[in-house]
Amino acid sequence: MSAPSASPAAAAKAPAAPEARASRGPLFVAAVIFALLAAIPLVSEVWGGAWLTSLAVRAMILAIVAISLDLLMGHGGLVSFGHSAFVAIGAYTCGIMITEGTYEMALILPTAIAIAATFALLSGAICLRTSGVSFIMITLAFGQMVYFALGSLAQYGGDDGLTLWSGPDLFGTRVLGSEMGVYISVFLLLLGTWALVHRLVYSRFGRVLRAARQNPTRVASMGYSVLRYRLVAYVIAGVLAAIAGVLWATHASFVSPSLGAWQRSGDLIVMVVLGGMATRNGALVGALFFILIEETLSAITHDWRLIFGPLLILIALYARGGLVGLLDRVRGPQ
Amino acid sequence: MSEVVLEIKGLNKAFGALVVTDDVNLQLHRGECHALIGPNGAGKSTLIHQVSGVLSPDAGRISFEGRDVTALTLAERAVAGLGRSFQITSILPEFTVLENVALAAQRRSGTSFRFFRRAATERALNEAAMVALARIGLEARAGVVAGNLSYGEKRLLELAIAIAGRPHVLLLDEPMAGMGRAESESLTETLLELKAEYPMLLIEHDMEAVFRLADRVSVLVSGAIVASGTPDEVRTDARARAAYLGEEEISA
Repeated sequence: MSAPSASPAAAAKAPAAPEARASRGPLFVAAVIFALLAAIPLVSEVWGGAWLTSLAVRAMILAIVAISLDLLMGHGGLVSFGHSAFVAIGAYTCGIMITEGTYEMALILPTAIAIAATFALLSGAICLRTSGVSFIMITLAFGQMVYFALGSLAQYGGDDGLTLWSGPDLFGTRVLGSEMGVYISVFLLLLGTWALVHRLVYSRFGRVLRAARQNPTRVASMGYSVLRYRLVAYVIAGVLAAIAGVLWATHASFVSPSLGAWQRSGDLIVMVVLGGMATRNGALVGALFFILIEETLSAITHDWRLIFGPLLILIALYARGGLVGLLDRVRGPQ
Repeated sequence: MSEVVLEIKGLNKAFGALVVTDDVNLQLHRGECHALIGPNGAGKSTLIHQVSGVLSPDAGRISFEGRDVTALTLAERAVAGLGRSFQITSILPEFTVLENVALAAQRRSGTSFRFFRRAATERALNEAAMVALARIGLEARAGVVAGNLSYGEKRLLELAIAIAGRPHVLLLDEPMAGMGRAESESLTETLLELKAEYPMLLIEHDMEAVFRLADRVSVLVSGAIVASGTPDEVRTDARARAAYLGEEEISA
């Protein structure tokens, strides 16, 4: 190898590196959120019933997708406008396999992961060569391709979608046939996704990804092939979204191409920005808040987006850093 | 004559009708600092960009340690051992100084496709980064967010990032640009120390620094090298004086 970069004397002189300190605040917020989510099945016994648990399941599934999108958007600086396509891919894999008589989740999930990973690898290798607005447009184009491809599957319902007459099995059991089984599975996968993405972001891999968002040329001049790291992030995010799609199909017993529509991708971006990009809990909070607002406002009026729109503008104007940023400001600096 | 580390042969580059690199031939020897001087717009940065892989030449060949690297990307050339600094400060503004440099050290220490362990607590990386920072004299600022550094400190960080990657050659694009007198003098001292270890291709406008550091000076005018030699030869070369040094020397 080449000469070492410093003499031992210089090494001895170098002072110790300062310790990085992490704030405990976000962990506390997350603990509260997950405790509330864990309590919902109990609350639904006395109030809300199946409506409440179903609402929570939907919110949690979308939170998984939003967290996976934040890995790309917040940490990688890659605004994908086609992320819901991966949800649709996961959901349709589940729907089609069940229709064709394969009920075992232990087969469905790996298949969905493999298909999503392959699609992410191929489409990512193309769209990650661009950046900025071009990247947004190409991810949108890939998303629309998936949307129309699924709508053209006449034998699986075409544009009308596909009803699953039976839910999947889990290792031969009917665990996923019960509402409670689905709730626990979705809850655990959300918890896992939330923890996983945080680990990824602060790993060596995540450090390269975050650095490339700030200054890709500098990262390349250090010797990193930026495209490869971004592509891996794209595949990971796609796979997580597809897993959420499988859960969606399991929960709703119905899949349709609209799962992959571009409006859905837009909603996901809104969730992430609303909650606070590249923060520990932003995407989680954003998704839960979005669903809550959608549910309450749409109960009041059919034109709920007329109210939601101005609300978004207010948050964009006054809560930079999203809801999580607002929370931090209320609690004051650490 | 010592071993040639970096050799540029017949390099040409044009942006449309504007020729920015005109048949440039240049050699960098081990243990040497080769300075590239010339008026603004002479194509100095464009040349460094082609050597480091930011731009690709229209014609010509760049060999590094005996290997043709002309077709390699910026990242591949960095892996091969070409480290560089940028004329316009190029750092990671949201990371701490330590993390900026640790990321450069990380590239040399095993794979970066590690997904779970917290990178900020890897002692080997942080120690390597602190060693690089100590050599540049920036160790006291390790915990500061890089975007909050003073301009001069950012220039130093730029250099610390470059040496933390343990390059075989340093390509320095105006490391002293915009620095005050005292700052550039202290940076000149640092570069004199580093010179023993890293052959340098240096672009610099600070003539005092150039003549202290350089073993060989080439004068670039309108993309072409008009004079090349030891600092003393170039100082007395009529073409070089006419092109660049002339007015300053006369007024001095």
